[in-house]
Order: sequence, then structure tokens, then C-alpha cells
Amino acid sequence: MNRQVTLRVNGVTQQHSVEPRLLLVYYLREVLGLTGTHVGCDTSQCGACTVLLEGQAVKSCTILAVQADGAEITTIEGLARDGKLHPLQTGFWEEHGLQCGFCTPGMIMAACQLLERIPDPSEAQIRHGLAGNLCRCTGYHNIVRAVQHAARKLLETKQR
Amino acid sequence: MAAPAVGSRIKRREDPRLITGTGNYVEDVTPAGTLYMALARSPHAHARLRRVNVKDALQHPGVVAALTGPEVRQIVDSVPCVVDFPDLKKPKWPVLAVDRVRYVGEAVAAVVATDRAMAVDAASLVQTDYLPLTAVTDPERALRPRSTRVHAEFKDNQAWYSLTEAGDVDSAFREAHVVVKQRLVNQRLIPLAMETRGVVAQYHAASGLLTVWSTSQNPHQLKSQLAALLGLPENQVRVIAPDVGGGFGSKIDVYCEEILACIFALRLGRPVKWIEERRENFQGTIHGRDQVDYVEVAAQRDGVITGLKVKVIADVGAYWGFFSPAIATSTIGLATGCYAIPNFRGELYEVFTNKTPVDAYRGAGRPEAAYIIERAVDLVALELALDPAEVRRKNFIGGPFPYATAGGMSFDSGNYRAALDKALQSAGYQRRRSEQKRLRQRGRYQGIGLSSYIELCAIGPWEMGAVRVDAAGKVTVLTGTSPHGQGEETTFAQIVADQLQVAVEEVAVQHGDTAVVPAGIGTYGSRTTAVGGSAVLNACLLVKEKAFKIASHLLQVPEDRLTFAQGTFAVKDAPDRAVTLAKVAAQAYTGSVPGAEMGLEASAYFEAPNLVFPFGTHVAVVEVDPETGEVKLVRYVAVDDAGNIINPLTAEGQVHGGIAQGVGQALMEAAVYDESGQLVTGTLMDYAIPAAEDLPLFETAFTVTPTPRNPLGAKGIGEAGTIGATPAVVNAVMDALAPFGIRHIDMPLSPERVWRAIQESAKARPARRRGPSARRRGS
Repeated sequence: MNRQVTLRVNGVTQQHSVEPRLLLVYYLREVLGLTGTHVGCDTSQCGACTVLLEGQAVKSCTILAVQADGAEITTIEGLARDGKLHPLQTGFWEEHGLQCGFCTPGMIMAACQLLERIPDPSEAQIRHGLAGNLCRCTGYHNIVRAVQHAARKLLETKQR
Repeated sequence: MAAPAVGSRIKRREDPRLITGTGNYVEDVTPAGTLYMALARSPHAHARLRRVNVKDALQHPGVVAALTGPEVRQIVDSVPCVVDFPDLKKPKWPVLAVDRVRYVGEAVAAVVATDRAMAVDAASLVQTDYLPLTAVTDPERALRPRSTRVHAEFKDNQAWYSLTEAGDVDSAFREAHVVVKQRLVNQRLIPLAMETRGVVAQYHAASGLLTVWSTSQNPHQLKSQLAALLGLPENQVRVIAPDVGGGFGSKIDVYCEEILACIFALRLGRPVKWIEERRENFQGTIHGRDQVDYVEVAAQRDGVITGLKVKVIADVGAYWGFFSPAIATSTIGLATGCYAIPNFRGELYEVFTNKTPVDAYRGAGRPEAAYIIERAVDLVALELALDPAEVRRKNFIGGPFPYATAGGMSFDSGNYRAALDKALQSAGYQRRRSEQKRLRQRGRYQGIGLSSYIELCAIGPWEMGAVRVDAAGKVTVLTGTSPHGQGEETTFAQIVADQLQVAVEEVAVQHGDTAVVPAGIGTYGSRTTAVGGSAVLNACLLVKEKAFKIASHLLQVPEDRLTFAQGTFAVKDAPDRAVTLAKVAAQAYTGSVPGAEMGLEASAYFEAPNLVFPFGTHVAVVEVDPETGEVKLVRYVAVDDAGNIINPLTAEGQVHGGIAQGVGQALMEAAVYDESGQLVTGTLMDYAIPAAEDLPLFETAFTVTPTPRNPLGAKGIGEAGTIGATPAVVNAVMDALAPFGIRHIDMPLSPERVWRAIQESAKARPARRRGPSARRRGS
């Protein structure tokens, strides 16, 4: 028995009739075609599916689309504004914070929330803040650098 | 002229799509009318499969078709393994099990339905009747004469045996001042690329073309294999490896799911898609490592090693994967490390068990070799109370190169001592040793571990590279390698930019599509730069040769009176008479040139004449908490030598990731089977890979010893970190635990294992108790 859901995704209102068992991540990927959000595991460990729900980083493989009814969602596709990359996106690029790129969207979304909460995080705080996101390529070294890079840029912008 | 692109830290050209969520992975490919495939898999490690019935599954809503083993066997005989050795026992790996299952997760039936969830539902409705049999999970027990056999058609489970001997090993051991022996378990690992495997197969009946999107590391080999298996001409099969989310060796194999998706697509005339669940990935994708190694070292009092005996028992699982039989041969080949050990005996037993097949996982046989020899060198140092750095220095191969090793390898070039010295200096080794003493007196247990590893890469047989300069002077490069995170869209553009003297931005590198790239081998074994990059370089030389002809025509001077600099062909002594590469390219497509055909493009096949051997020294510093057994990695210094480096930024990235996986094996990871053959670490909840909090920042540096075996002088850096890291970390932990009299603990060095070892040492040596438990960290 399908249910009607209305969400605001990357600033656009979406209304669809979905199966109650449809996971939010498959709603984003297969109903909306936002394939930047990835699925890397089936037990909520890897964090590749991380999106922002009402500004909070959530694993979209662990929430049903119907549970997100009425929510505001931001995915990796909605991060750049007016064709300008988010400082986290440039940070990951500048610091070589990605290799295969599969974990990257989730990693960036998790880092978004981290910098929201702690604008000037220590290395330990970055590592702790990303503990729910796994990367098998980078050893996290340049991911830490990327987040530090973004934190610097965001602070500079604020101070201006 | 701007600085050369090769050697520059150029940020990656593949990143803009990946950081904006606009990459294109296999799961993102969904042609109109796509059907979804799901598999029913064996819950038993070993059983007679008496019945598979798909009747109920077929009646499930949305289900379109189903297949079982006997039916598939009529079409495709078995999953391919391309390695052949004399006397190799080579059982068939059926695409879907027939009569018997041999590991948990082996596929027994496949269904396709109109949506993913329906397919999964239907797979669970496949009726099976198993008669469970005794499972063989321990490779040493599997070798015993009366062991249950994994394959009834063979008289035992010994899949292959080899003996490698050099010098007079028995005399060396008889005359040795000291003999050190150790049994080492190199545990089974899960490769765990963050993207699981997946495939989409689409058949276009009117043209007869089968298009396959796959998470492959080697699409051209997959194309050839699928064509052969399905009885199609190769020119009717196109394989596309789009963005691929990591592989680490696990995406080399041709897997049953790729074959099944093609069979369904051919039969149904509709696209068929399968995306592996992580749970399936744990059971159904190849595993890595899994050896029990016995090492014996003969040494003189001064630490000079005179003989080495290694017995490798390699658990290969239930069947052979694509390259499986060859993996452990590298362990034997590199068992003597970068040391001049003249007398050597290496025995290799490859053994079938009722477990997931083992194949290439980052390092593939070389990390095992490094672990054997680097642990052994440390044990010699411990036995003789010598500094482990000194023992390494005493035994390094000093040349001349090429150097023939006792393991049968021909080392190309190396300066092992330089890498060691640089690593020790960076780590402040001597200071660290004094610091360690001071800390011990305060009840803190710090350990310093070294690993001077050797690596083997540039596996052939060849690689293809093609370079085309279009009429506007822009360059397109085709490579038969298939990068999936390594960054060759950037590094190959750097090679070409220097050769043709154009900007890196003007070079587009294409890969991964067999309809675009005419031929290729693929990306694995750290071969991409050394072999694939050399092919691209050689193609550039051919393009330049032709460009000189055209320039000579345009400027009306013989070629030998021309120079090529800053993207311009100029007449020697008359530099104002010049023509740009762009002009030459335009001429190549618009006006004929005597003695040269139209167009400006060339392709080259680079044959790898022999392997190349990167090396380096890694230093790990750990602190062990004796009360909890927890190991904290506090510092990590890596000095690697991969010959000439194309892009230090991406090369460092490879080292970082490699170290993380090596540390993972040392401290955290283990694929554990129970006695009945169940994989008990079958999800990411049970199998720990390093997270950000588990690792420090790494200090990396390179020494540069180019190889003479390819025109780039480049060796390979993809696996070096993994090879170096595992023994460095384990040696560090053992060094930390030396005051407890602990000599060795098998990996992973989890808090529990370390804590237990400390407890047992305390029981055995009560006098020691005071030391460890007295005072620690401010308490």
C-alpha cells in the first residue's frame, strides 16, 4: 500500500507515492535520480549514504522515505551554490581528499555537520566527527587535511 | 617553458565530478526497462545440493525468469581461472552450484524481477534441499591424509605444491651460530572496496551487441572472457567500467554474477542489473591473504643471515579465482626480501578449504612475504640482542643490479640502505630509543617497529596506449589500464603534456570502455604507471615522429634541422622559422604531406620486459596500554622508493591508503570462520576496518631509484604502503612488549589478544608483574 510523501530536497519540493518500505536513500537515488548519494553497506556502518535532514547528518539507508515526510533534505548535489563549490568540496579537491570517490559525498555531508557544530575543529575532533564514515582509499590523512582546509576558508569568509 | 608536469603536485582532474555527486558508477546506470537480479546463496560451507526449485520464486509478483545450476551449465561451463601450472589441480567452479556447495555464499539460483525488492523477495523463495557435510576450514588440517575432501574428484586437498631452492640451505643451518624459528599466521582479510560489485548487461538483438557495465578493474579481459564463455565474437561484446569505487584486487575476477546477468540479458532482450549487497560482498567476493607460514632463519653472531627456510601453507578457499594459483608464488619469490640471503628453501602448499576463494588483495602475496622476512629479521635481532636497524643494514643487497635473488627474481635497481637511513632520520630513531627506555621506567610501553620491504610490480604481458592530436591541437589519450581511484586521468595527462608540450588541461584521458579503447589489460598489481604509462609515453614518441615529418614539410627543411621546444617546431639557427604543434596538427587533417599519411595519432603496446621492484622502509611507533591491551599508533614514517614519481600528490595518496590497509591487518581486521565454515565476521558490524580515529597523520617521503626497465623509470606505488605497514606495526608492538618476554602474537593485535599475552607472560614470569602493572600514564 503506497503512501504519499512530500519532501523538500535541495530546495525543491518533491511529492511522490512510495512503498512504505522504500529507504530514503533509494528514494533519492531511484525516484529523484540523485545518484550522488551512495550505498556502501547494509548495516549503517559506512556512511556513504549520509545526507542532511533538517541540517542533521543522517544515514539515509537507515531511514524510510515515509519517515522523512515533510523534511528538508540536502544531498551532495545541493551543496554547491550558484555554480560555486562549497569550501568542503574545494577542500577535498585541493588536498586530494578522495581517490575512488565513492565515500566522498557521505564524507563531505558528515563534515558539513561537523563544521556547523565546531567551526574550528582540532584534528582529533575531525577524526571523531567522521568516525561514522568509512574510506578504504585515503587512510583519512588527506580527508583530515581537506576538512581543515574547508574550516579555514569558512572562518575567513565569516571574518570578512 | 613552464616547469615539467611530471613530478608536479597537480590536483586531480577526475575530482570535479566526484565531489559534486555527478560521477557515474555502475549502480547509477539504469537503462529503460531494466530488470533486477538477485541470487539465492548457500547457507552451508559444504553440502550435497539435492534439489533447487525455483517454482515459487517464479510465481512471485514481478518475477520474469530464474536460473539454476544444471541449466546454466549447459550454457557456460565454469567461472574462469587464467593461471595454469604443471600439476595444478583445477576443479570447475560452476556459475551456479550443481550437486554440491563448497562455501557459504556460493550461488545456487538466480532470479530476475521488475524491481530490486521483488527480486530479493523472490530469491528468498527459492526452495533448496541440502544434506550438510563436514566442512574443512583449517588449511593445515585439510592437508592431513584422512581429511574430508573439498573436491571429491581429487585424492586430497593439496591444490598445488612447489619447491624453490638455492644454494646449500642445509649446510647453512648446520653451520649457523643461531637458528630462529617462528610460525606466523597471515590471517584472511576482506578487500572491502567501499563500492560493492555490480553489473548491468544489455543486449541489442538487432545489432547483436552485448553491452556490459561492470565494476571491473580490467574491462578488456572481462570482455574477452565473457565473449569466450558465451560463445560470442569479441567484437559483439562491449564492456564499460565507468567510475569504479575502489577494487584492491577484488574486482579483477570474472564473477558468476557477470556471467548470469549476460545470460539473462541475452535470453530476455532486456537490461539486467545486479548490485551486490555488502553482506554478499563479504561472502561472494574474493578474500585476501590466509596463509600459515613457517619460517626458519640461520644467522651468524653478528646478525648476518646465511640461510632461510620458508614453508607457506596458503588457504585458497573452495575454488580458483582468476589469478588465485599465482598469488602465493610471490610470497615464495620475495621471501628473502631485500636481503642477500644465498641459501634458501621455499615450499609452497596451496590448499582447498570450504571457504570463499582467495585471490589478489592489495599486495597479493607480497605483504605475506614482507611479513615473513621482516618479522624474522626482528626475531634474529631479538635473539642476538642487536638493533633491528643494524641487522637490516648488515644484510641488504648491495648490488650490482640486476641482482638475481635466491627466490628466482631479478631485481632491477635498489638502494635499500638509503631508504632505511632516511626513514630512521625522519623518525629520530636514536632519540626514540632513548625515549623508549625512559618511558619504560615510568611503566609506559612504547615500541618502535621497522619494515624494509620489497615489492614486485609491472606485471605484463603488455599495455596499450594511444595518443591523438586533433585538428585544433587538443590531445586525447586512450589507455588500456582501468584506474578506479588511482588518478591516471591526471598523471597520464602529465606524461603527455611534457612529451607534446601542451598544457595538462589540453589532454583528455579516456579509459574503461572497450569500444573506445581498442585493447588493454587493466589496472592491478601496481602496473598502471610502469606499464600503461610507458605505453602512453611510447605513443607520444610516435606522434612526435610524425609531427616532425609534417613540420619539416611545412618549414621546407629536413627533419634533422628541426627542434621541438615549448610546443613549437623551429629551424635550428633560424628560430623565427617555426610552426606550432597546433598548426602541424591542422595540416595533418587538411593537407597531405608527402611520405606521411593523414592524421596525427599513434598507438603503442608496451611489453614489460621484466618485473620492477619498488622498496622502502617504514617506521611505526606504538604505545601499548598493558592494562587494556590497546595499541595506539602514535607515529608513522614511510620512506618509499617507486623510481620516478609522476605526481607526488597522488603517489602520497596511494601510500596513505596502503598504510591504512596494512595497519588494518596488523591491528584490526580478520575474516573469521567457525568450524562449521560459517563466516562469523560477515558484516561491517563484525569486521573492523580502520576509521578516521584509528589512525594518525602519516609522514611520507620518497627516495628515487629509477628502474632501467621502462622509459619512465617508474616502478609502482599502489601496494607499497600495505606491504610495508603490516610488519612495521607488528614489529613495533612486539618491541613494546619485549619487557614482558613476549616474542610473537598472531595478527590482528586486538586489545584482547595483547591483553591475554600480557596476562600469560605475567603468569609465567611473576617477577615481571611489578613492572607492567605498577604505574602508567599519570594514574
